[in-house]
Amino acid sequence: MSGSQVPAGSGVPLLRLEGVTKRFGAGAAVDGVDLALAENEVFCLLGPSGCGKSTLLRMIAGFERPDAGTIRLGGADITADPPHRRPVNMMFQSYALFPHMSVAGNVAYGLSSLGRAARAARVETLLRLVRLEGYGARRPDTLSGGQRQRVALARALAREPRLLLLDEPLTALDRALREETQSELRALQRRLGTSFVVVTHDPEEAMRLADRVGVMAGGRIVQVGATAELYENPASRYVAGLLGDVNLIPGTLGPAEPGPSRAVETAFGALRARAPAPALEPGAAVVVALRPERVELGAHGLAATVTERIFLGDRIARTLRMGDGTTLRASGPATGAAEHPVGAEIRLGFAAEVAAILPA
Amino acid sequence: MSGRGGQGWRARLVRLPPLLWLSAFFLVPFAITLKISLSDAATAMPPYLPVLDWHGSLEGWSSFLEALDFENYAVLWFDSLYREAALSSLAYAGTASAVLALLGTPLAYALARAPARAQALLVALVVVPFWTSFLVRVYAWIAILKPEGLLNAALLRLGVVGQPLEILNTPAAVLIGLVYAYLPFMVLPLYAVMSRLDPALREAAADLGAGPVRVFLTVTLPLAAPGIAAGALLCFIPMVGEFVIPDLLGGSDTLMLGRVLWSEFFSNRDWPLASAVAVLLLLIVIGPVVLFRDAGERGEGER
Repeated sequence: MSGSQVPAGSGVPLLRLEGVTKRFGAGAAVDGVDLALAENEVFCLLGPSGCGKSTLLRMIAGFERPDAGTIRLGGADITADPPHRRPVNMMFQSYALFPHMSVAGNVAYGLSSLGRAARAARVETLLRLVRLEGYGARRPDTLSGGQRQRVALARALAREPRLLLLDEPLTALDRALREETQSELRALQRRLGTSFVVVTHDPEEAMRLADRVGVMAGGRIVQVGATAELYENPASRYVAGLLGDVNLIPGTLGPAEPGPSRAVETAFGALRARAPAPALEPGAAVVVALRPERVELGAHGLAATVTERIFLGDRIARTLRMGDGTTLRASGPATGAAEHPVGAEIRLGFAAEVAAILPA
Repeated sequence: MSGRGGQGWRARLVRLPPLLWLSAFFLVPFAITLKISLSDAATAMPPYLPVLDWHGSLEGWSSFLEALDFENYAVLWFDSLYREAALSSLAYAGTASAVLALLGTPLAYALARAPARAQALLVALVVVPFWTSFLVRVYAWIAILKPEGLLNAALLRLGVVGQPLEILNTPAAVLIGLVYAYLPFMVLPLYAVMSRLDPALREAAADLGAGPVRVFLTVTLPLAAPGIAAGALLCFIPMVGEFVIPDLLGGSDTLMLGRVLWSEFFSNRDWPLASAVAVLLLLIVIGPVVLFRDAGERGEGER
């Protein structure tokens, strides 16, 4: 699988998972996951709750033992190592700050091997890193949610882990704080060069944080890639729908032909889209995945009626009814807002290479 | 305004039943005990004087009050028997509480860490002894601890000892009995506290490099400390006044306030002195309760 390949230009992967499997009762929570992670990379595991992403993260941290497969860190097999012997640290979704210790006590907890003075200096440095200077003596429950998040981050970074695991790092924060913290987290990562594995159910969070995203479903990683690649070239309708808005147009795949595009017969006429993987036979039931912003309204193409037009400031969203009653969503720049009002008879088209043909 | 007044009236009504309960079963009996403790023993029915004559005049009241004195408390203070009994009770209860904390903490921790399905069964096993009468269970310990009992038979058979151990009728037997009888009262509240601790805290500690022992000592134990203190106190209070266990398992010279109280009351028929012992017992027990409450409030204040 191409997704398990490390990006070009790196040597031994920092983290390599091979066939990692975890069963709870009859079902597999994580089912034969292969994954390789480079140094200085931010990797996001994205998927809905119950897809196995948290279990996978907990196996990397050492809180769960895989039933099968191996986990290697920098080439060394750590599959059987207990959590306290792994050079990996985790930031918990609930932050899991020790309520009976001060902020400094929390951050210093992992630094027991250092002398008193070195520990105090390191705590000072870490608190400055997360902009919490002067908060060392405070108790966690006197802090705001954002401050607690930063204490948890400082504590997880204290031992200078080679790999930092973050379980839904921003879910507990409100929206405004979340976007600010995402940028901060990314800036911090670039500065430290630590690799991150982030678990999230929020596609936007994945897009903001990650170099690469692994989309999980049913305990498997179904597609790995940069967010732009997943967005433009999803491998399944599940991935297409997870990242942003998409029109999924059902149809029948046309006969094999040379060239970069293929015909698909739909209820409202023939379309051309990017040629799919050869595994799809002519005549197979498929969907054409078409992003709303790729729909071009003009003088040529398929006939449609504008049934709704919503001004959204930076863009205009339109709902179009096709000849057979199928509705499509289109979004375009807000300039020329007077064009194509509700009720207008228009024609629409799109470039074949921006629409993907996916198994139905 | 009238609505709020009505609510205040209702709120007060809600507080009434516990107040009535406390009055009927604690304050009034305590007042009676206190009054008897200030009286003098007499060969009469009831066996103390003065007895208030409800039909008497104001003069009757004043002579009644004049007849009350602190003589019995002076006896408690100056007769070393009672001082020693009080100190010995405290020592037994304190030692047993410490042993209970040492035994109960790992036991409760193991319970809280057991698989969820096993936990219900294990908690039931902790409670099962209550299905048998307390008295029967203490008697059973006589059969276990006596020189020709089960424990000595086993030890002799295994060759651990050459001579049967003298355990019954010693302070050790009293301690064994106390620890056995009160262990569930230690384990259950402690289990409640420990099972509520967020497992992510233990995981976070392990993630930061702490081995199992350090996780327990630096995270689990400090967070469970209020539960350990509450459990120890819950056991300490009734153990100070315990009568059945020292009477059955301890030797005839076992000094505990419960036994002294019993013998003053039933053997010597000295109700006033027995009542004074009862009041002393209450004062001893109230001390740690107040201490614990203050410590609890300080702990809350720090947060």
